[in-house]
Amino acid sequence: MDPVFLSRLQFAAATMFHFLFVPLTLGLSVLIAYMETRYARTGDKTYLRMTKFWGKLFLINFALGVVTGITLEFQFGTNWSRYSAYVGDIFGSLLAIEASVAFFLESTFIGIWIFGWKKLSAKAHAGVMWLVALAGNLSAVWILMANGFMQHPVGYVIKDGRAELDSFMALITNKHGLLEIIHVVPASLLLASFFIMGVSAWHLLRKQHLPVFERSFRIGLVVGLVMAIVVGITGDMHGVNVSKTQPAKLAAMESHWETQTRAPLVLFAIPDEKNEKNLIEIGAIPGILSFLGFHDFNAEVTGLRDIPRDERPPVLPTFVGFRTMVGLGTLFILLTLYGWFKRNHLTENPTYLKIMLFAIPLPYIAMEMGWIVSEVGRQPWIVYGLMRTADAASPISTTQVFTSLTGFILVYGLLGAVGFYLMAKTVKQGPEAAN
Amino acid sequence: MELQAIWFFLWGLLWAVFFMTDGFDFGIGTLYPFAGKTDTDKRIMLNAMGPLWDGNEVWLITAGGVTFAAFPLVYATMFSTLYTPLMLILFALIFRGVAIHFRSKIDTPGWKKTWDFLIFIGSFVPALLFGVAFANIFQGIPFDGQGFYHGNTLKLLNPYGLLGGVLFVLLFIVHGANWMAVKSAGDLQERMAAISQKAWMALVPVAVVFLLASYYATNLWDNFFKYPVLFIVTLVNVAALLSIRYFVASKTYFKAWFASALTIVLCTFFGIIGLFPALFPSSLHPDWHLTAYNASSSPLTLKIMLGVVIVFIPIVIGYQIWAYHLFKDPVTEEDLDMDEAY
Repeated sequence: MDPVFLSRLQFAAATMFHFLFVPLTLGLSVLIAYMETRYARTGDKTYLRMTKFWGKLFLINFALGVVTGITLEFQFGTNWSRYSAYVGDIFGSLLAIEASVAFFLESTFIGIWIFGWKKLSAKAHAGVMWLVALAGNLSAVWILMANGFMQHPVGYVIKDGRAELDSFMALITNKHGLLEIIHVVPASLLLASFFIMGVSAWHLLRKQHLPVFERSFRIGLVVGLVMAIVVGITGDMHGVNVSKTQPAKLAAMESHWETQTRAPLVLFAIPDEKNEKNLIEIGAIPGILSFLGFHDFNAEVTGLRDIPRDERPPVLPTFVGFRTMVGLGTLFILLTLYGWFKRNHLTENPTYLKIMLFAIPLPYIAMEMGWIVSEVGRQPWIVYGLMRTADAASPISTTQVFTSLTGFILVYGLLGAVGFYLMAKTVKQGPEAAN
Repeated sequence: MELQAIWFFLWGLLWAVFFMTDGFDFGIGTLYPFAGKTDTDKRIMLNAMGPLWDGNEVWLITAGGVTFAAFPLVYATMFSTLYTPLMLILFALIFRGVAIHFRSKIDTPGWKKTWDFLIFIGSFVPALLFGVAFANIFQGIPFDGQGFYHGNTLKLLNPYGLLGGVLFVLLFIVHGANWMAVKSAGDLQERMAAISQKAWMALVPVAVVFLLASYYATNLWDNFFKYPVLFIVTLVNVAALLSIRYFVASKTYFKAWFASALTIVLCTFFGIIGLFPALFPSSLHPDWHLTAYNASSSPLTLKIMLGVVIVFIPIVIGYQIWAYHLFKDPVTEEDLDMDEAY
């Protein structure tokens, strides 16, 4: 095993684990800030109980998100030093801006929020939560802009053997990055809404703490429905953009081998990358892929065969990832739409509540799959068209990476188990008693 | 001053502020298993840094991010050649972060003991290894013009490197004990003041030996002899170090904490001034030194980042001072009864 492969594995493991916590932090912070504002405005204690209950879960999740996030900043230097030296002028500055503009704000004010219940007025305390929510999402904006540069490099010139910043304006108005932001931020709200609905469903099924969880479920339902639709729309915009800027990714997403007009959408296929075809293909609908990619049934879609072998991404994970994400995205719209029509009779509908309870992991799966499409689909490039992943790794030994990777798997495995245990325990305990 | 030189000193300042702020958290965590006799003592120690340590840690993220943005080649070479110590620091920080949050969530002895141990490891290991790493950087790291490392990680634990590690641990212990003296009362406060004084007695000789050893093991003093006016920094540093003792003895603990904060900043600046213009010197050949001039980002990036830092870092300092002010009073039993307390 070479250090590049192990470094890729380590980065994938560390990023995917980190992203189990990020979206809930982003989405739940906003929803808690809303609940606490309602409390500060109305004095209604139910909103206070909601704030405290969801706040506890938020903080367990937040702790894990922060510590696993440090890993990512370290890894660009430890494992991807050639990448860092080559694009640090641009990529590094986005990370530094994220830290100084957003992460400071989030980390300082979360401390004030946790310990400031008696030191601040109710309104000021709610305001602190809004700052936390704003800062978290602002962090996401800068990180996604940095990722946008890796996907679609803009605003740079090659000088003295590295990429140097040419236009900061171009960098921060990168269309790819902006599309990521309007897709990922709403998706995080969607995930948080499903989390709230699922946990609330568990209590509603037991007919306990009804005021807290009926109200929580309803907030989750409204936000979830709106966000499910927004995520669908922005996902479509994203797809159209990828078709233009990353044809290899589009072809891999669809396991599409032959360049053709009126390209069909295949419902199910097993890609055979060696022989450049699909082993099995079921349910080809003519013209749909052309329409999805270019909003034109007759558009020509480049097939993988017309892309040099050494510029093709791995097809199977990209193909499966895309199908899973889109399938689940559709399901989210249906589930929330159904819930909306039954919103006044939720407690009389245990089957729906059970489904929503078991739906908690689904947005997590959808988002991880989305990242697989985005990042695996970008291969073999680390910066699309500019630098190959194979050329980006540090000159370090296999033993070093093997040891650290083993460490990550063990430590993250334990942290995941502890985090899950604490969250489950907190959920079971339920909110404070009403008084 | 040129843009690169300004960035060199900003880079140094960010590391100094990180050591100054998170330094007392590391010190408290290192003292934690020894000075925290009862569960209440331990919880007072955790809650004394509770509202602040998260924000303190971001100075590290920012120092790292700014190294990446302003000196990408330094970031790339530093992090890849020091792979093993940095991974150890990273794991330690992961343990610390989770342990502080989770320790008081479940009230069983086994659960608490496990996290207590990790709070100690997560504080002591970074304190020691940051010292070892910086002392080794002062000596030069064995890497070549291509960024290949030609050393042995265990050799980082050479006498001068270890001396740097011990110096950092003692600095942070004094600083942490001073913060605890501010944030506690009664018996615990007295014990913390006593610890601060004892650790100070060890710190002074170690600091003197470190400064002397730097003359033989490194070139740090060269810049001082070239520009003798810089000795003012050293003099103020010595004055700050001595005044810690005075303030602790006169029970003005916040002033003592401020003096240890100043000591840490000036100790860091001893190294930063001595290194200039190198950020990451090579011990193999002077031509391979990574300096503010040969490893920096483009002028455009440096200018934009300077704008960002000049606007936002004062804002950050402003709200962090507000946070410190908000939580300046000693931790009380009532604070520990709060649901959210650590």
